[in-house]
Amino acid sequence: MSGVRVLVGTRKGAFILTSDGKRERWEVGGPHFMGWELYHLKGSPADPSRLYASQSSGWFGQIIQRSSDGGKTWEAPGGGMEKSPQGWPMGESNKFVYDTTPETGKPLTTHQWYDGTQHPWEFKRVWHLEPSPTDPDTVYAGVEDAALFRSTDGGHSWQELSGLRGHGTGPKWQPGAGGLCLHTIILDRNDPGRIYTAISAAGAFRSDDGGATWKPINRGLRSQYIPDQDAEVGHCVHHIAMNSSRPGLLFMQKHWDVMRSDDAGDNWREVSGNLPTDFGFCIDVHAHEPETIYVVPIKSDSEHFVHEGKLRVYRSRTGGNEWEELTRGLPQSNCYVNVLRDAMAVDSLDECGVYFGTTGGQVYASADAGDSWAPIVRDLPPVLSVEVQTLA
Amino acid sequence: MIRVELPYHLRKLAQVDGEVQLEIEGPVTQRSLLDALEARYPVLRGTIRDHLTRERRAFLRFFACEQDLSHESPDAPLPEVVASGAQPFLIIGAIAGG
Repeated sequence: MSGVRVLVGTRKGAFILTSDGKRERWEVGGPHFMGWELYHLKGSPADPSRLYASQSSGWFGQIIQRSSDGGKTWEAPGGGMEKSPQGWPMGESNKFVYDTTPETGKPLTTHQWYDGTQHPWEFKRVWHLEPSPTDPDTVYAGVEDAALFRSTDGGHSWQELSGLRGHGTGPKWQPGAGGLCLHTIILDRNDPGRIYTAISAAGAFRSDDGGATWKPINRGLRSQYIPDQDAEVGHCVHHIAMNSSRPGLLFMQKHWDVMRSDDAGDNWREVSGNLPTDFGFCIDVHAHEPETIYVVPIKSDSEHFVHEGKLRVYRSRTGGNEWEELTRGLPQSNCYVNVLRDAMAVDSLDECGVYFGTTGGQVYASADAGDSWAPIVRDLPPVLSVEVQTLA
Repeated sequence: MIRVELPYHLRKLAQVDGEVQLEIEGPVTQRSLLDALEARYPVLRGTIRDHLTRERRAFLRFFACEQDLSHESPDAPLPEVVASGAQPFLIIGAIAGG
């Protein structure tokens, strides 16, 4: 019997929601890591029992958690009494150190601060964990201040892929309202060397050699809050999504504007079309229809709640431009929640399921590709992230 | 035997109940105490002090004997009552941290 497992990160803990393939009845598990911010949890495509979670706190900093039984039990990799070859305790699964070596880490000293001055890179937290599609022990981490790290030992230790920060535009990157965060990582299952990342507020970047070298892929983006609106970097990309059956077809929710690229990010064009507002955070693609996409329009950059007090998902079946509002089962009055960038996901059952979580603590699910919705759970802490595992 | 009181979330992380007791050889300072604590509970590395600078995280405070020792030198001797175990060394989350 197939089923789904929905991994929910919130401001005060993680929750695991499970259902069979009908997706009508749900069990709510958790909270795990009560009191901590869970920016993101994600399962390994290579081993669905292997989960990774980013646990952080203003007091205590970053912790990486790992489960090998689908979230029933968790461990901080290396957090026990095991010793390194030198005899020292391990306990470095939360050690994210920027590469400052002469060979690969220079010059990676500063980025642009809010006021336009230069500011040193300072690690704050992990925003996104992206497990390898083929190896349960390999996982990528997107962090604030923006950088990409990789672990090949199940999260025990992390090494920066410093070619991203070091390719030349790093000093021009600036923090968005949420910080200077690397929040999107897409590993192309069809091309192991190809990795996409996105950073607020810098833009989108692509590597074609497994993360060694990078280039900005922002041609076609326009942003009014930077002096050169068509600049190579400086754009506040909020999220990017891709269906692996159509590699190179990318969809982006930018600060303002919904964008599309048909050539792996080399060129972008706007597909906001008839959306009521093209500001938003999340975007995702149907599991089986690579031209069917979903967004949740947000009123504006200073009014981070849904437009007109109505919680509406917008779906385009034409790869953008033509959008239909999806409202059945969603509140259509007095609703002022936000849906954050990593808080939408799809399952891959025959009838594609779509899921999203709100800053009001609701997690909604649709078992019919968005036609109708129902809350799985209503009163969680503000939802930061939603990921879905489709289980055999 | 040195006594250390951890905040709730770090006790959960280290999987301990109540106070932690540590044996420390040589001078009892903030640095030697925290080195011993992290050696015994590696999961706490990086949660109290920065991994690289070894400086106290901004939203944690160190108290003992009804005094705030947060800004004392990490190599200054801790009060004798802490070194003797008569009083605990308290690691506290600042009010602003949550």
